[in-house]
Amino acid sequence: MKSIQYIGIGLFIAALLIFTAMLGIGHQQLTESSINIDNNYHKEAIVKAAQSSGLLGKELSSIAFIPKLKKTIQAAAADLDDQAQAGIPQGVQEWDFKLGSWKVSEYVDTLVSSTAGGPVQNNPWLFFLLTFGLAIIGGLLFILPKFTEHEGIKNNGIYHNSLTRGLKINAKLMFLIPTFLGVLVWGFLYQGNLFWPIVTLAIAGIISYLVFYRHNSKDNNPQRHSSPLDTGWLGVIAGIYLVTFYVLLYWAPAYINNWITMVNPISESLSGNAASRWFLYGLMYSIIVVVMGIRMMSKYQHNKYQKIRTMSVMFFQTAIAFLIPEILVRLNQPYFDFKNIWPLDYDFFFKYNIDNLMSSGGLGIFMFVWGIMLIIIGVPVITYFFGKRWYCSWVCGCGGLAETMGDPFRQLSDKSMRAWKYERYIIHGVLASAIIMTALVLFHYFTGKSTVLGLNSDNVKSWYGFFIGAGFSGVVGTGFYPLMGNRVWCRFGCPLAGYLGLVQKFKSRFRITTNGGQCISCGNCSTYCEMGIDVRSYAQKGQDIVRSSCVGCGVCSAVCPRGVLRLENGSGDIAERTDALRTIHITEDQVTMLN
Amino acid sequence: MEHIVIIGNGISGISTARWVRKLSDYQITVISSETDHFFSRTALMYIYMGHMRYEDTKPYEDWFWKKNRIDLMREHVSEIDYAGKSLKCTSGKLIKYDKLVLALGSKSNMFGWPGQDLKGVGGLYSYQDLEQMEAYSKDLKRAVIVGGGLIGIEMAEMFHARNIPVTMLVREASYWNNILPPEESKMVSDHIVKNHIDLRLGVNLQEIKNDGSGTANAVVIKETGEEIPCGYVGLTAGVSPNVGWLKETGLELGRGIKVNKYLQTNQKDVYAVGDCVEQTEVVPGRRPIEAIWYTGRMMGETAAYNICNKKIAYDPGLWFNSAKFIDIEYQVYGEVPAKLPEHLKTIFWKHTDNEKSIRINYHKDDLTVKGFNLFGIRYRHEVCEKWILENTHIEKVLQNLGMANFDPEFYKEYDAEIIKIYNQAEGKNIKLKTKRGLAKVLSFLNS
Repeated sequence: MKSIQYIGIGLFIAALLIFTAMLGIGHQQLTESSINIDNNYHKEAIVKAAQSSGLLGKELSSIAFIPKLKKTIQAAAADLDDQAQAGIPQGVQEWDFKLGSWKVSEYVDTLVSSTAGGPVQNNPWLFFLLTFGLAIIGGLLFILPKFTEHEGIKNNGIYHNSLTRGLKINAKLMFLIPTFLGVLVWGFLYQGNLFWPIVTLAIAGIISYLVFYRHNSKDNNPQRHSSPLDTGWLGVIAGIYLVTFYVLLYWAPAYINNWITMVNPISESLSGNAASRWFLYGLMYSIIVVVMGIRMMSKYQHNKYQKIRTMSVMFFQTAIAFLIPEILVRLNQPYFDFKNIWPLDYDFFFKYNIDNLMSSGGLGIFMFVWGIMLIIIGVPVITYFFGKRWYCSWVCGCGGLAETMGDPFRQLSDKSMRAWKYERYIIHGVLASAIIMTALVLFHYFTGKSTVLGLNSDNVKSWYGFFIGAGFSGVVGTGFYPLMGNRVWCRFGCPLAGYLGLVQKFKSRFRITTNGGQCISCGNCSTYCEMGIDVRSYAQKGQDIVRSSCVGCGVCSAVCPRGVLRLENGSGDIAERTDALRTIHITEDQVTMLN
Repeated sequence: MEHIVIIGNGISGISTARWVRKLSDYQITVISSETDHFFSRTALMYIYMGHMRYEDTKPYEDWFWKKNRIDLMREHVSEIDYAGKSLKCTSGKLIKYDKLVLALGSKSNMFGWPGQDLKGVGGLYSYQDLEQMEAYSKDLKRAVIVGGGLIGIEMAEMFHARNIPVTMLVREASYWNNILPPEESKMVSDHIVKNHIDLRLGVNLQEIKNDGSGTANAVVIKETGEEIPCGYVGLTAGVSPNVGWLKETGLELGRGIKVNKYLQTNQKDVYAVGDCVEQTEVVPGRRPIEAIWYTGRMMGETAAYNICNKKIAYDPGLWFNSAKFIDIEYQVYGEVPAKLPEHLKTIFWKHTDNEKSIRINYHKDDLTVKGFNLFGIRYRHEVCEKWILENTHIEKVLQNLGMANFDPEFYKEYDAEIIKIYNQAEGKNIKLKTKRGLAKVLSFLNS
């Protein structure tokens, strides 16, 4: 069995190496015929600029080619601007003639794809099998033998493993702070002005001030790492790899053209279109959720709640989030993920989405109404009955990834009081920004006015998409799995989790009940709470637990060695039972006062 | 302001400190030579197994103590001057107290085995024991554990988790059969064997062999003379109160520190709580020494009331306990002795997987429920306790058995099968009325 597992790891590592190496193979050659741009002014200007820069006809590696291509297109844009000064041809609109800066990156992506040649372009299936195929086989060879092990809790060695034991707090900050600042600097380059990066930095400063001084958390230093093993460097490497992946995916997709090309045949067979980076991401995401979902089920063979829940997230990711939208496109219907809910789905009320749905006939209107119904009826009603878990750990895609690929890292969440204070400010801050942004966008939609109180809805929208939509949920949300646990986004950032959490906190039947006096304060529950809830602090007092952040994954209950925790829905006594200290056995009326 | 000094920062000492703080404004000092902060002793095994780090076993963050004005002191107390109300530490430091609480815990039993003081021999009680186990675990070829019981099986699981072969020497004919009824004892024994632990039943330790350098390298079994080579010997034949250093100091000792029902010792303003205590006014049905987490917590609370001049007798309430035998969880509520006494009848159900069972004891004459023993199934403490304390008729209990079930959602419920066993034995036709669920439980608990 062990040797099969080692073979599995070997295959997986081979697949990962091939996948990484693919970024450097093949060549790019810009020729007149490879420029598949319909706009002739643009095409001619690019050909001209490429001739003068010497790029035309030259064979280069993609890493050398992309910056040159970008410069060439920028030169073409400058040239067109100059020509426009002299006069635009009769009957041509200015925006058709000029090459706007937003078009530059679009053309870079298009041309990188159309000028690429090499083994991946010739044999996409081969590379798909060598990467995805090998990784899936390797993963399954590693995972499937686990089904033959004894049923029971399988956390042995997690803190002895370099991949899963996490970071010292200083090492954590070494990643968190540069990532945050890096995203801000990138934001400046991306938006071209300092306004939003400075606003973001100021908000971060205010939150830190509130946490440290208003809540007197300055002296409440979180626990220091006492383990002699210290930082797990495999985890750090994994974290850096994931962060790099997201940076390339969001902001430099031209460099991952080979990956996208490799999944082209699959995309064409599903939707009829060539693959985009989002198709690549969706396919990878679904495969990871399925393979790691099988791992989750092998780990919790004895726990039916975990098995059913994992099957649920596997289904919602593969069918509802991935396949159905692709098939809708094939049927000439709008791309629509039926389980994505505003404000997580922050562009639901953006003009292009509303217009797209409204112009797509009955189904489009149904989708729009469905989306609104989920927000105003679905979330409050279902959360009232079952808690936010119905979404966060049964349906949601982010939750699905966190509960499958992220499961090995759940123990890395920060349980300190200080982290909780940060959490409340940040998640509700994001929720508030999502609401403000959407209000501005809708105001713009209905009145045509783009600016309210000095806030331009387009700027707010693009900053939110950049900073929260990509930076927070992607780079930090998933890239930080091995550094800060698997629910960083869900816990600190997700505005929908914030909304669901408010319903759960104030109007829900869901709670985790504790079993009388049976708690031995061992701390397994807190350690394995991915949301960083100090479950033990409630369990050892015998209080039922109602916390807005709890996603109801049920792992605290699973790992408890004494049968103390149970996830339950019930309308009665929730306020009293979260207050009561049922491990106390003396009441004041038993006491005789001495003088 | 009165100064309350507590020796020992385990669950008993810390519970005392926290309750004194809740009830008063006294100055509180907790002294320990084991660790700087309170940690959960029961979680030591999880550190070794890599489930948690030491800091994860601390129930309170380090700033908690300062915030609650509980002073922590890392000292080893060597002498107590009861008349002068002061303590002397090995560092030479003197500490004055107004009221003293002894929460000294236990130490592992040793029965004068030859070689018991060698290096590579140890129990599992303190943080230092864990460090020692860790130190000997590198390249360890085999560990031998002497003694069954809860710590013995924990230690076996620990080595097993690190893929270190383990031999377990158990004096009894079946695992922990002085506490568990025969069926449950058999089931746990089977589970130990299933986990590839070399379980030897009905054997005693003859001696621990010295490798010549003062380190253990083998054990010899008394009955067979067999010598088992090993790199570590775990002594887990129970624990006893850690009171050796208090002999002939004027403090009244039996096996533990003798206390009355207010947890006072024979010395003025000196209290004792937790594992180190021997009750002189024992609550009926209980033992004078109960070295378990829960009683430590209750004694701490009780002592704090008495220290704060609110007089109350120690009453541990209905017996309950829990443990985990490798992968089998165990809970007990009420009266479930190893050997069924004359006045009790029992219903026992076991799952075919040999890892789940339910036992319900009831009085043979008035048919009131007396105890629950659960293996691999979770029951609600509050529900079982209320049924037992209210002398509920067994048939009423069986009809509503779902109320007691505390297993996670979607888990199979076995209550109907238990009822079937009762019906067959008694020629009755009882039917299950209540299934698992919180709503019924809450209305029952409030009734």
